[in-house]
Amino acid sequence: MPTPQAAPPVPLVELQGLSVQFGNRDILRGLTASLKGRAIGLLGPNGAGKSTLINTLLGFYPPHSGSARVFGYDIRSETKKIRGLIGYMPENDAFISKMTAVSLVQMMGELSGLPANVALERAHEALFYVGLAEARYRQLGTYSLGMKQLAKLAQAIVHGPKLLILDEPTNGLDPSARQRMIRMIREMRDSGQVRILLCSHLLRDVEDTCDEVMILKQGGIVHYSDLNEERKANKRFLEVEFYGANGDFSEAIEKLGCECAIRSNRMKIILPDGVESRDIFKVAAERDVRIRKLNFRRDTLEDIFLKAMEN
Amino acid sequence: MAVYRRTYASYAGALTPGWSRWLVLFRYARRNLFRSKLLTAFFVACFFYPVLCLAGIYLANNLSFLDQIGARNNFLVIDNKFFYYFTAVQGWLAFILTAFAGPGLISGDLANGALPLYFCRPFSRSEYVLGKASVLGILLSQITWVPGLILFMVQATLAGPSWAWNHLWIASSLVVSSLIWIAILSLLAMALSAWVKWRIVAGALLLAMLFFGMGLAQAINAVLRTDLGHFVNLAHLMNIVSNTLFRIDVEPTISASAAAIAILVYCAICLALLLKKVRAYEVIR
Repeated sequence: MPTPQAAPPVPLVELQGLSVQFGNRDILRGLTASLKGRAIGLLGPNGAGKSTLINTLLGFYPPHSGSARVFGYDIRSETKKIRGLIGYMPENDAFISKMTAVSLVQMMGELSGLPANVALERAHEALFYVGLAEARYRQLGTYSLGMKQLAKLAQAIVHGPKLLILDEPTNGLDPSARQRMIRMIREMRDSGQVRILLCSHLLRDVEDTCDEVMILKQGGIVHYSDLNEERKANKRFLEVEFYGANGDFSEAIEKLGCECAIRSNRMKIILPDGVESRDIFKVAAERDVRIRKLNFRRDTLEDIFLKAMEN
Repeated sequence: MAVYRRTYASYAGALTPGWSRWLVLFRYARRNLFRSKLLTAFFVACFFYPVLCLAGIYLANNLSFLDQIGARNNFLVIDNKFFYYFTAVQGWLAFILTAFAGPGLISGDLANGALPLYFCRPFSRSEYVLGKASVLGILLSQITWVPGLILFMVQATLAGPSWAWNHLWIASSLVVSSLIWIAILSLLAMALSAWVKWRIVAGALLLAMLFFGMGLAQAINAVLRTDLGHFVNLAHLMNIVSNTLFRIDVEPTISASAAAIAILVYCAICLALLLKKVRAYEVIR
């Protein structure tokens, strides 16, 4: 009996030759991609077009050519539907200084369509969640930079969006506040109730929270990858440091089907399927070779980013 | 996302109708306005003259009182001029109220970049302008044509149906002239607020625009020996339209239709300036 197959997940964002121009300047050049992950990182140097892409998806800037869809809705003709599904935390200051946090978040909830009583309840909940419970009746103008970031996050999640767009969420946060922000983003991602599009120039933030990454450079996509797949692939790559070996050791490793390159007392090994690190230890033990260090090489996001920038 | 749980939770409940979202903005903006004690006090003061007029209408229709003071024929005539002066006085009060209340409506949002928070939701720029303009529109209506109509109805009740029937056009003149004045004041205040972003400066600029316009008009007319200078004097343009609507017999400096078109052009310019500024992000080309 055939087993029912799960429907493929709706792509979060589909870009089809999307171009955006300001005057005669090309800001985004023919972007084509299909983003499907739970948390997607947008990376790129300053001026790469990350924020422009986000603003175009939100309908703030009209595309010059091409098209884009968010949850299957066209950004030109179904902007309101898209905005109804999105929570947006902008990069820059965005608050009304004379309003209290709870009033602002409640108003934003109501503007997203929540009834007034529900918006008030959820405003309190959102502010408790982000850690502004004690300060929620204070005017936003009196908040520190970190607190303003948290208030922006609260207004972005008050209506329970399906997609949360975070533009540089850790800007201006001290290390502990940054950790807290990253933890919240991970929690929301893992709840499975919201998907995240995170735009940052901080590689660490993206690495800590995202499972897919799209790297932009000069308005074009230079790299798009699944970070989990990259991490899995890197598990087949070993760096070994040893003592007391002769030519036998590398031959024995190659007999296992591994590719290896030896330099002095260090060896780089690519493991084929079916060969694990314990097999390397076994071969070393048989030949009385002492392994001092064995590391899985971790191709960091920084490596990926630098490669993409070089290309 | 209960307070004690501190977890994220999506929302799957009922939503309010899309057309009603501008009312949210109206409600919050109005609440914010009346936090100012000065504005609240001035708003209350704006009702002194209507109350005075109400007393005048009552006494003018109270024959025993008129006989007592021996002024049956020359106490107060409730006619088009009475309502014209009422509209003029309340119009000036509306102008001062706008200078207090108008500039803060948008500048607060623009000063700290709050507009993206509005427009990343299912909420359009025109709904934003409608929500903010309605605050001024309703506030100014409360001190202009609404008390004016109440006075008209009181007079109609006291003077009888024949008076009401013969003077029905006064009611429409009252409403139309007030609405034109409210429209130009609201749009001008919001456009200045959007461009200047600083509440106090925008308020001062609004006052200056009217008084500077008067002076400039005089200067243009004197230097060029023309009447074209009147086109830069908003108060004069409005006065010409009101005179025509209330059938006040004065020699017009420019035609009422030209004045009405000029006001319409001013409204269009203000709206265009406003919509140019009211966007999530400004595009630097």
